[in-house]
Amino acid sequence: MSLLTSNYLTPHGREEEWRFTPLKRLAGLHDLSLDVADHISISSKAALAAGVSLTTPDAAEFPPGYASNDVVTNRIRQNVKKISLLSIDKDIELSEPIFLKRSCGNTAELSRLVIQAGVNSRATVIIENNGSAQIGEEIEISLAAGASLNFITLQEWDRDAVHVGQHHAIIAKDAQFTSYVVSIGGSVVRISPTVEFTGPGAFADLYGIYFATDGQHLEHRIHVDHNVPNAKSRVNYKGALAGNDARTVWIGDVFIHKGADGTDTYELNRNLLLTDGARADSVPNLEIETGEIIGAGHASTTGRFDDEQLFYLQSRGIPSDIARRLVIRGFFAEIVSKLKSEELEERLMGRIDDELAKVGE
Amino acid sequence: MSVLEIKNLQVSVLTDAGNKEILRGVDLTIRSGETHAIMGPNGSGKSTLAYSIAGHPKYIITEGSVTLDGADVLEMSVDERAKAGLFLAMQYPVEVPGVSVSNFLRTAVTAIRGEAPKVRTWVGEVKAAMASLNMDTDFSERNVNEGFSGGEKKRHEILQMELLKPKIAILDETDSGLDVDALRIVSEGVNRVKANSDLGVMLITHYTRILRYIKPDYVHVFANGKIVEEGGPELADKLEEKGYAEYITA
Repeated sequence: MSLLTSNYLTPHGREEEWRFTPLKRLAGLHDLSLDVADHISISSKAALAAGVSLTTPDAAEFPPGYASNDVVTNRIRQNVKKISLLSIDKDIELSEPIFLKRSCGNTAELSRLVIQAGVNSRATVIIENNGSAQIGEEIEISLAAGASLNFITLQEWDRDAVHVGQHHAIIAKDAQFTSYVVSIGGSVVRISPTVEFTGPGAFADLYGIYFATDGQHLEHRIHVDHNVPNAKSRVNYKGALAGNDARTVWIGDVFIHKGADGTDTYELNRNLLLTDGARADSVPNLEIETGEIIGAGHASTTGRFDDEQLFYLQSRGIPSDIARRLVIRGFFAEIVSKLKSEELEERLMGRIDDELAKVGE
Repeated sequence: MSVLEIKNLQVSVLTDAGNKEILRGVDLTIRSGETHAIMGPNGSGKSTLAYSIAGHPKYIITEGSVTLDGADVLEMSVDERAKAGLFLAMQYPVEVPGVSVSNFLRTAVTAIRGEAPKVRTWVGEVKAAMASLNMDTDFSERNVNEGFSGGEKKRHEILQMELLKPKIAILDETDSGLDVDALRIVSEGVNRVKANSDLGVMLITHYTRILRYIKPDYVHVFANGKIVEEGGPELADKLEEKGYAEYITA
């Protein structure tokens, strides 16, 4: 073991931040017992617009812009030689999304991606994750003043994939960050969307949808750090679970520091259990060091499929499978419809239908 | 010409305290074009009758039969009953978040008719039906029953009945929670469907108020899980005057 990696203790599963995660299924991502390839898997699906670039500079040129206490993130930082860098120039307004995809190899990968959205830029970035992979991932997203960025990640992995990631956004004055984390595939997916603000008027809108079926572990650990005055955050994650040992974890930490006056935050998590044998953990957590805020709240519900809804729809002639599909689509529609992309909405609803179809098998 | 035949229907519901008997042998026949008012005190089992016919899984049929034109209704799944021509307008319509009224109506009509309605005629059909029930056009973009007022929910039920064109409709306390104007609009809707389609109606109500708008051919008094008296419209007048006291104590 090298000197560097020993700075970060390998988790054993009793630590608060690891107690929900099945460490044995992480393929060694958390302790680096696996062989890691020096491989850059991020590429663009289409030609990039003027003012947008995707490059692979040396990691040393782009030191981390924040301190992470995540073991995997820190090991990524110590090990990657090159990073992927997506730059969006200032004042650029893109009408079409920047569509990135990952092509992971057969060996495990550690990946650091830095996204820089310039002053007053407006863009949508989509990252598509398909296939099989063992990946430890850090994405650092910086929004300069007045920037507006929609950031969408699609975890549509094959069923053997292992994905541990931190997506950290640093949001400057009057910038708006909207993220959609969509986790449907994979064996274990553990993503930590974290946010910090560096100027007033900054806004983070964090959405997530997930659907776990037999044996899948899908974990999302949100942390919003309100460390400047007059910033705003909203969190809304919705998940469905079905089948034996389908498992989801949602952690929603919001920290309002002393001096973060005028903070406005609300976080929400809803889980829908479709069958027995599934388990959803939902842990909202709000810490407040100042009373001078606009609002702070959270809500978390986990419920069973509502048979009265099913009866109502069926009593209008709608067969039970279509009725279930309607209800599930309806459950996710609140978030999916916000994507404002018919193509993406249909793609996600299609994936949700596919997951639902597995439930009956 | 359709006939809904209910014979010696006995129904229980499973409670924490065990099986509770609610319907104790109901006999009733409803034909196309007929309107039967089922009147009775609260807790007499009127809604149980409605939900049992529609197939709600909560109710256990212990005895008896229900047939529609000879076909065994009790053997059918809930959606098959609707396809066979039964419709239940519910007292408490269920909210379905995230599902728009227009999507819901199109899905239901597609299921009932066996094919998707033609886009061109369909939009007009829905608009006309909504207009006649005094419903705003933006109503169809709202989520099913979500945030609807009591009157909106009932109009939405009648809208569905108008579009699904059932043979026999069961209206479960459709008058409850309606002000005079809404009651008139909803009643006119029922009468319009009756005039256009020879609908048979089972009108379940506690009060005689709605019978001023929808004229029954027969009135059945329901108490203690069965029909205890039957007659023509004049029976409703008697109930208006004397209430249900004599049936409850009997």
